[in-house]
Amino acid sequence: MEIMKAAAAGTLESSDCQVVVEKGEGEIEFHLESAVIHQYGNQIRKVVLETLQKLGVSDIRITVIDKGALDCTIRARVESAVYRSVAQTEGIPWGGIVQ
Amino acid sequence: MKNAVGREIPEEILKQTGKEIFRGSHYYDGYVYKKDGPNTKCVINSGGSKLLASLREALEKCGIRDGMTLGFHHHFRDGDLVVTMVMEEIHRMGIRNLTICASSLGKAHDSLVEYMEDGTITGIQSSGVRGKIGRAISEGKLQGLAIMRSHGGRVRAIESGEVRIDIAFIGAPTCDDYGNCRGIGGKSDCGVLSYAMVDACYADHVIAITDCLVPFPNFPAHISMTNVDYVVVVDAIGDPDKIATGAAKPTKDMRKLMMADYCTRFVTSTPYFKDGFSYQTGVGGASIASTISLAKVMKERGVRMRFGVGGLTKPMCDLLINGQVDVLLDTQDFDRDAVSSVKDLHHFRISAGEYADPFNKGAVVNKLDFVILAALEIDTQFNCNVVVGSDGVITGAQGGHPDTAAGAKCTIVLSPLLQGRSPAICSDVTVVTTPGECVDVVITDYGIAINPRRQDLIDCMEGVDLPFKTIEELRDIAYRIAGEPERVQFQDRVVGIIEARDGTIMDVVRQVRPFAFREDEK
Repeated sequence: MEIMKAAAAGTLESSDCQVVVEKGEGEIEFHLESAVIHQYGNQIRKVVLETLQKLGVSDIRITVIDKGALDCTIRARVESAVYRSVAQTEGIPWGGIVQ
Repeated sequence: MKNAVGREIPEEILKQTGKEIFRGSHYYDGYVYKKDGPNTKCVINSGGSKLLASLREALEKCGIRDGMTLGFHHHFRDGDLVVTMVMEEIHRMGIRNLTICASSLGKAHDSLVEYMEDGTITGIQSSGVRGKIGRAISEGKLQGLAIMRSHGGRVRAIESGEVRIDIAFIGAPTCDDYGNCRGIGGKSDCGVLSYAMVDACYADHVIAITDCLVPFPNFPAHISMTNVDYVVVVDAIGDPDKIATGAAKPTKDMRKLMMADYCTRFVTSTPYFKDGFSYQTGVGGASIASTISLAKVMKERGVRMRFGVGGLTKPMCDLLINGQVDVLLDTQDFDRDAVSSVKDLHHFRISAGEYADPFNKGAVVNKLDFVILAALEIDTQFNCNVVVGSDGVITGAQGGHPDTAAGAKCTIVLSPLLQGRSPAICSDVTVVTTPGECVDVVITDYGIAINPRRQDLIDCMEGVDLPFKTIEELRDIAYRIAGEPERVQFQDRVVGIIEARDGTIMDVVRQVRPFAFREDEK
């Protein structure tokens, strides 16, 4: 998938994360802010990169402001932001690449 | 060298401080020592007054100079104006290289970071540090080592002469011109002056600072004129709204209410729960809720408490009002209800030494049946951390945690299994503040673990309908939900010491390292 326009998903509430996606410059540019970055920074990056790979996104600037979200929440927020960036609200591949 | 809780204490820290490693909670039981005493300037001339025109004059008369150690108390909590007022004046005088020995420091003292950076303050000794000072210490901005001591440990350090306070500053809600201080009355009413009592008895110079001068004699005095050199009157020593807040509304958080319910059912199923039992609890939402639910069961079963201890809040004082407890023993008041309860004849003020000092001939904590505590982290050895946050930054205080845990017959720690994403139950706490040998029960929203050292408690819970699990099972549930956490990344430099009650080293706190992603997973 190709990022068409900037889009966001999620909130800054505790146990959530806010994901902002923008057009990239030919690669994945990942930014993370997290209260639990020491304990889960590597894990959060892994989950975000895996989710992007599944969605087939390789050219993106993605910023995650994490407030202690679990992996499932992070995954869902990344997927929402990416689909919003291509304005796709119908035909989401539930059970396919979106589990 | 590895200590009794398995923590590696660097040789150079042992050498630098002259301290020993922690060898167990009762290692010093029966130890004999000679107490230290202050240099005392006698006042024999009759009449007179100790009132001085300004703080500056008092500092000069006490011979303030580079390298001194200054004592402060924290009864004004987030509303404290004394520490900042004194340090600003000293800074203006150009005095440097000072050590602050406070019973605690918090958000009210954020502005002191500047003085750490310019070398005015080079040592900090405190129960712990909340707010910006904690972050500054963790970032390596203090030249010397920060020492974190429990409330009892601070009294021990002062009485034994390990710390000598050159000048103690006593913020006094009311005071007369001869230095009789009371914690009650005036504009900055904080109820008690428990933590300042040891400063008054052991500091070479004692300055009482008040915003409410009353006629002599201000009796019964909580701190006596016999220990006070000078009295200074200022406009305000505290912000009343931040000293004692309104009572916290009882929590509606179902998770906390459930933990409180588990706690009460556990407490009431032990043999210690009988007429004449004793009890202390903290100020967290779940702790307060458990006091409320315990009061209900006490009423139903006709069980009366002999004494309650604290750090007091409204629910504890309600026990007195409702005739469910004989006496309250008070070291600090957290809300206005507690402050006004001190006027009750059965609500007694005690000094921090009476409360928790391990190096006197026996403190109140030793007579506790139950203490209900909280913690940031608890590991599978039942060690607790109450000082360092999940980001590795100093963010809390030991308070009376290690003192009460060591003293009480049944020490219960309440904590939600996950604090945000951070597992409260983990394999290894970031730093140890309270040793697992003193922690008997951990109650979470996912189950209750009894320390295997307490087979007696395990036996008496047979047939009790509560969700008992092993501590390892609780940790595994937490890790299954949140993932296994990596350890916080620290630099080598030690910035602080977690001192055990007896003055040995429980653990060290290192400078935080900015987070960096692991390269291999890119």
